[in-house]
Amino acid sequence: MSPKIGVVTFPGSLDDVDALRAVRLSGAEPVALWHGSDSLDGVDAIILPGGFSYGDYLRCGAISRFAPIMTSVVEAAGRGVPVLGICNGFQILCEAHLLPGALIGNDSRTFVCRDQRLRVETNDTTWTSAFTRGQEITIVLKNGEGHYVADEQTLDRLEAEDRVVFRYLDRNPNGSYRDIAGICNERGNVVGLMPHPEHNVDPLTGPSTDGLAFFTSAIQHLHALAG
Amino acid sequence: MARVVVDVMPKPEILDPQGKAVTGALQRLGFAGLAVRQGKRFEIEVDGEVTDERLDEIRRAAETLLANTVIETFAVSVETQEQAAAQGQPA
Repeated sequence: MSPKIGVVTFPGSLDDVDALRAVRLSGAEPVALWHGSDSLDGVDAIILPGGFSYGDYLRCGAISRFAPIMTSVVEAAGRGVPVLGICNGFQILCEAHLLPGALIGNDSRTFVCRDQRLRVETNDTTWTSAFTRGQEITIVLKNGEGHYVADEQTLDRLEAEDRVVFRYLDRNPNGSYRDIAGICNERGNVVGLMPHPEHNVDPLTGPSTDGLAFFTSAIQHLHALAG
Repeated sequence: MARVVVDVMPKPEILDPQGKAVTGALQRLGFAGLAVRQGKRFEIEVDGEVTDERLDEIRRAAETLLANTVIETFAVSVETQEQAAAQGQPA
């Protein structure tokens, strides 16, 4: 049986449908989840998609973080359920303290939209195990507030614990400290990143299909668990 | 009805892109030597008296939702009737 991967729709989510499609193209069963429900409908993994939930009011992700479903997401993450936060989803994970640090306005003060080269710094996470360490990939990046910040101590700890998952290559697009594009929690089941792997799953609509491996990583992990 | 104000500011070490944009615009308009950092002000109308317990509660609200203490600091103050009147607003 294919594993079930849920995608949460918040008011103002934009890329929930693309994420559901990416899940389907990767061979899992997509399940649409609703922010106002506290039920995860028995899914095996959860994606918080990109967009501008609650219009980015107050701070990006600050209001979504308290949506009823987030209590269940935080609890599931604690049990080791794979959770992927993409762009606004990454901001929500930081606001929910599932990941350290925060995302602020790009240092360029412009919205950035481009095909971004990244280096996969670790494949020791649930969402990157199908990559090789050091692999260079291209993933769509599009955001106005993708500037990752954290205090020096947190940054040093992330590096020491192999929890910087992706780094920007070529030009740092938003001022992120230490070129960080994505990080994970201590256990490696919760990953957040600003670029959008769900847009890189079909040669028709993207310059690469490097995004597929995010989803196949989680699917392989879930098959191994079920094995 | 009393009013409590929560001021939220980006921490000094955190880049403030909005403040930088405003600073640049002021310079272009000829307002020289003004460096701006931009924060947020929350005016909170409180039912009943502002007791110490109520202020503690508002501090918890600020810490939980109004500010992200990873990147921001906040200050809670009670607005007096004189301050409110000076702003031309009912206290």
